[in-house]
Amino acid sequence: MVKQTQPNLNVKIGNLNLKNPVMVASGTFGYAREFENFIDLKKLGAMVTKTITLKARQGNPAPRTCETPAGMLNSIGLENPGIDEFIQEKLPFLQKLGIPVIVSIAAEETPQEFAILVKRLDQLPAVSAIELNISCPNLQKNKLISQDVKDTFELVSAVRKLTAKCLITKLSPNVTSITQIALAAQSAGTDALALINTLGGMSIDVHKRTPKLGAWVGGLSGPAIRPVAVKMVWEAYNKIKIPIIGMGGIIDTESALELFIAGAAAVSVGTANFVNPQVSLEIIAGLKQYMLKNNMQNLSQLTGRLRVCRS
Amino acid sequence: MPAAQIKAKIISNLKLSNNYWHLEFESGLIAKQAKPGQFVQIRVADGATPLLRRPLSIHAAGALKVKIIYEVVGEGTGILSTKKPGEFLDILGPLGNGFDCARPVESRGGKNILVAGGIGVAPLVFLAEKLKLSKPLVLIGAQTKKQIICLPEFKALGCGLKLATDDGALGFKGRVTDLLKIVLEQTKPARIFSCGPYLMLKAVAQIAGENRINAQLSLEEHMACGIGACLGCVVETKSGYKTVCKDGPVFFSEELVW
Repeated sequence: MVKQTQPNLNVKIGNLNLKNPVMVASGTFGYAREFENFIDLKKLGAMVTKTITLKARQGNPAPRTCETPAGMLNSIGLENPGIDEFIQEKLPFLQKLGIPVIVSIAAEETPQEFAILVKRLDQLPAVSAIELNISCPNLQKNKLISQDVKDTFELVSAVRKLTAKCLITKLSPNVTSITQIALAAQSAGTDALALINTLGGMSIDVHKRTPKLGAWVGGLSGPAIRPVAVKMVWEAYNKIKIPIIGMGGIIDTESALELFIAGAAAVSVGTANFVNPQVSLEIIAGLKQYMLKNNMQNLSQLTGRLRVCRS
Repeated sequence: MPAAQIKAKIISNLKLSNNYWHLEFESGLIAKQAKPGQFVQIRVADGATPLLRRPLSIHAAGALKVKIIYEVVGEGTGILSTKKPGEFLDILGPLGNGFDCARPVESRGGKNILVAGGIGVAPLVFLAEKLKLSKPLVLIGAQTKKQIICLPEFKALGCGLKLATDDGALGFKGRVTDLLKIVLEQTKPARIFSCGPYLMLKAVAQIAGENRINAQLSLEEHMACGIGACLGCVVETKSGYKTVCKDGPVFFSEELVW
């Protein structure tokens, strides 16, 4: 028997080269330092920061999280120190890690804030890529940018002109057609899509008859939403050409594989970081084993390789 | 050595009284580093339900052993109560900022007063051990006599004890905070340390404020990560929201906004 070579876990997202396709999702990993005692950060494929806004945001009133069946709701409300303090206080630590740093950004009032943020980040060598969070459900907006084809196209087009850095657009699952929004973002020039953000949700304390979250409603994450993520990644994969970073309910190797097979070129681990800080590294090891066992030399033999006929 | 994720072997897991349980596990790492007021995050199930870890305060930390007292309140703590000696638990810890008991207060001549409500007594035993040279006065309140626990531990440490129950079956009849008011008329206080339900802590903060006593309060909040990353467990302070898991769980009462 021929000795099999180690599978190649490299993946390219736009102009960004990842040594492995497992990253940590925005909002679930702080600015990485919070996890330094619990995981070897240098082994991650990439890290996505908590979403940054132009000015500091104090976030929503407590309680901000509540556990739900196989998941959790959150209504953090993008608490963050603002771009200036992020660059000064958080970025130097991230830069030292030597892994790609993807900075997630959002606008509070107007889409122009995205342009200002992108211009700032574009100048920083420590920033490997920018993720446009146009899908946060906790900003008390009637409509998110990513819930409208035209708004998505216009926003992505506007910021695309401002940077040559890898641009990732994170979409909301709370839409009628994920493929229309995905196509709009693609034609506007995004390098990749991040699918999916949290699903809108609500939970009630029946004894008090009050919402369990201080903001009343929030975003649902965790294994409960995985089937939604798998379907949306699969639907988008069949219509678009740019890479998809799949996320939503990944908690182990098998759940990560589901998203790869549905069409993800890379995956992000989110809520599971709270449950098991080491889970991303366990998935990298598990993925390697799976590829070895199935004679896959590289990730293109896995991404989107769904068998649709019964065998 | 910082906090870590460990697999800890259960030494014992026994029912104390009511819904209170006593868990003891092996961990040199946590036992060595733990400070009173700190907590651990315990994963009670391997699968997706219940998903999140359960934050439980440290009751005692010996050479290689850590003790926890917890109340069975729902699914997660219910599962924890079924764990047997010899089984392993996935634990993060020690986490959070505990009580500040470094400053010498004996020189001021006042008493360290510890105020516990219900299961809030658990971390105060650990604290009383650190403060034992000052012979602290411990006030424990609960709804019923059965819910008053840890008396032998405090007695062994040489603490003074005063109790309060709602029906007066043990000690003072009424709230432990009303008992605190009476105690403060008779005793010169140095500092107050307290752990218990939200409304009790609020009353303690008010009493401490009126009497100009330095008070440290250990708060409880639902948590997701437990390490300051998700910003889920915030409490409002005079300098904005702070995380109960990392900035706390112990806060100076004058910092907090009620």
